[in-house]
Amino acid sequence: MADTFSGLINYWVAIALMMIGFYIVIAQGNLVKKIVGLNIFQVAVFVFYISMGKVKGGTAPILDDSIEVYSNPLPHVLILTAIVVGVATTALALALIVRINRAYGTIEESEINEQDNVLDASEGKP
Amino acid sequence: MAEQSNMFLILLVIIPLIASPVCVLLRNATAAWAVSMAVAWSVFGIAIKLVNDLSASNQVLYYRIGGWDAPWGIEYALDKVGGLVILVVSIIGALSLVYAKRSVEKEIPPERIYLFYAMLMLCLSGLLGIVITGDAFNLFVFLEISSLSSYVLISLGKDKRALTSAFNYLIMGTIGATFYIIGVGMMYMMTGTLNMADLSTILPAVADSKTVMVALAFLTVGISLKLALFPLHAWLPGAYAFAPSVVTVFLAATATKVSLYVLIRIFFTVFGKVDVFETFPIQPVLLVMALAAMFIASLAAIWQQNIKRMLAYSSIAQIGYMVLGVAIATEAGLTGGIIHIFNHALMKGSLFMAVGAMAYGAGITTVSDMAGMGRRMPLLMAAFVVGGLSLIGVPLTVGFVSKWALVSAALDAQMWPLAALILLSSLLAIIYVWRVVEIAYLKPAPENAPKPSAVPLSMLIPTWVLALASIWFGANATFTMNMAGSAARHLMGGY
Amino acid sequence: MMHQKSVLRVVSKLLIPPILLFALYVQFHGDFGPGGGFQAGVIFAAAFILYGLIFGIANARRTVPASATRTMLALGVLLYAGTGVWTMLLGGEFLDYNYLASTPIAGQHLGILLVELGVGITVAGAMMSIFYTFAAQTLDGDEDIEEEV
Repeated sequence: MADTFSGLINYWVAIALMMIGFYIVIAQGNLVKKIVGLNIFQVAVFVFYISMGKVKGGTAPILDDSIEVYSNPLPHVLILTAIVVGVATTALALALIVRINRAYGTIEESEINEQDNVLDASEGKP
Repeated sequence: MAEQSNMFLILLVIIPLIASPVCVLLRNATAAWAVSMAVAWSVFGIAIKLVNDLSASNQVLYYRIGGWDAPWGIEYALDKVGGLVILVVSIIGALSLVYAKRSVEKEIPPERIYLFYAMLMLCLSGLLGIVITGDAFNLFVFLEISSLSSYVLISLGKDKRALTSAFNYLIMGTIGATFYIIGVGMMYMMTGTLNMADLSTILPAVADSKTVMVALAFLTVGISLKLALFPLHAWLPGAYAFAPSVVTVFLAATATKVSLYVLIRIFFTVFGKVDVFETFPIQPVLLVMALAAMFIASLAAIWQQNIKRMLAYSSIAQIGYMVLGVAIATEAGLTGGIIHIFNHALMKGSLFMAVGAMAYGAGITTVSDMAGMGRRMPLLMAAFVVGGLSLIGVPLTVGFVSKWALVSAALDAQMWPLAALILLSSLLAIIYVWRVVEIAYLKPAPENAPKPSAVPLSMLIPTWVLALASIWFGANATFTMNMAGSAARHLMGGY
Repeated sequence: MMHQKSVLRVVSKLLIPPILLFALYVQFHGDFGPGGGFQAGVIFAAAFILYGLIFGIANARRTVPASATRTMLALGVLLYAGTGVWTMLLGGEFLDYNYLASTPIAGQHLGILLVELGVGITVAGAMMSIFYTFAAQTLDGDEDIEEEV
């Protein structure tokens, strides 16, 4: 029992973060908060990958004669790429939000949907 | 595995990738267009050469980046399925660039046009990269390159709803891509490799572990989001309806197809030696989703006012057909799914091009705006009708070839009800296509309608090239059927 | 408003040169120890962002115009991809650094240096243009997004 918790702590953390992030993306109406949620969701995956590469007693993978056990650097490198992709996504999303705010005058999803519905309904009527 | 490396594989990706910053540096709309045009057509040339090489050598083509050998370095690999998909992407890329010049001048502010081409090149590079990479994580990088650039491209639409559509797509797309890397991470935990060929040899040993099962679930859901498979399709109608015309043409004909290719790659290459459909209960799920897409999305299309949104719903239905082919999971079924990738690109490309050109000339956005179009813009409307007939699946069009392949695959696999449902869903396509045709030909144009401005030849020709291609490959399907058939054989035989 | 913040101004003036220097150290020491283009690019951009925060966006834009950041974005990617193409022209595969110099080891050194420099320039350009885009909301914010190779 103790083993399922403490031995797998990294997975529990990743799962918790993922659910928190996912919940925020779905439940929050504010677009900026949605992006925050999306970031937490992505961080969960980063944690998952990084902890996966950890080797007990291993050090950073810098070659030296006195060291025998290294952590696996590959997942870390992969996540560096994923972090950069995440930054690009966040930047783009925030830029879109700025433009949405300028076009709609709000960043609340419900208010945006209202305006969209009015536009949709006006289509096809002369 | 000492095949000779094929330099053209990497050129396919880096030529558009280099073109993108060049466009940014040029800062001039016409120059950026000229560069993109040259790049798109040379990519098309390379794609033809690669497809030729594939059918000549009957082997998988390889390229190893940086000279590192396969499981350690990133490997690019192209087989016949990939060949067909790069052909589709590059044809549509080349034609939509011809189409883009005038269309973009009207729809996008002049100071942003060079950035538009830079993004289009990045998107092209990403889509081609997804197809040719043989590395599961590299695929994620290309997936994000193409997705990020398509979010930007969609947000350039004139209507303010383009912004919210792009934002929704961004949220859904990022969740999809993140699910994909979770799946890849779990596979990496179990196998210690990211190379797809390597994964396929190691996975059978660990296939019955829960981790691999969960990995497959994450991969399937993640890619289905990108693919807009039925319940995960919410981002697609808005994105297609409000993006600039060229972007709609390009994305509708390529992006979802490439995602379907990824799904096929996961099921039949990465899990190729596991026999996914036996080991995991995936077939009934996919079948139900595909059928739901075919019916519900077609029904939704019937009620749409916005004509691009109507075609977008029809795309979701067509994706249903492709997934259906994959879910039948026999050689014939896969052939049907793969050939529909090609055929659907032709018909949806010509339909969206025709609608975009009519929007250019007469400013139509809704179905009722189409009144009198049969007389006012006869050439474009005729192209629309050809595309529409193809959607229905009338003989002598590509749509018929796809549906014939799918129906006969369903019959071969003893799935009689499936064959009947495919035919039944075509009836729905008749309704939504006829609705437009009726208004366009039988209803007179409103009295006060301004005379439509002339549509430039650079928009008319690509539309008709695709429309004629959808008749040509409908009447003479030997080439595409052979190609799809040998691709399916290759997939069923493992990597 | 700037006159009241003399402490901040003096401190940041003192800090900016070491930050830039540290960025260059992280950049060029990257093939011996921890470091590399991503980190260096961000640190490099941080110096300019600090400058922009303290002395105002207008001054920062005068130092590094927005068009220059866009050029940096493009140049970095070109340097990266160009290195790859160069190795192909020299007879190797894409990004096969062994062909860049007379011996493979020297080639690997040169190759990773060039590629990381490309990454560094792009990341610095990207960070600065993101900062400009959001900091200067009065101007028409055009989002140009960047993508690492």
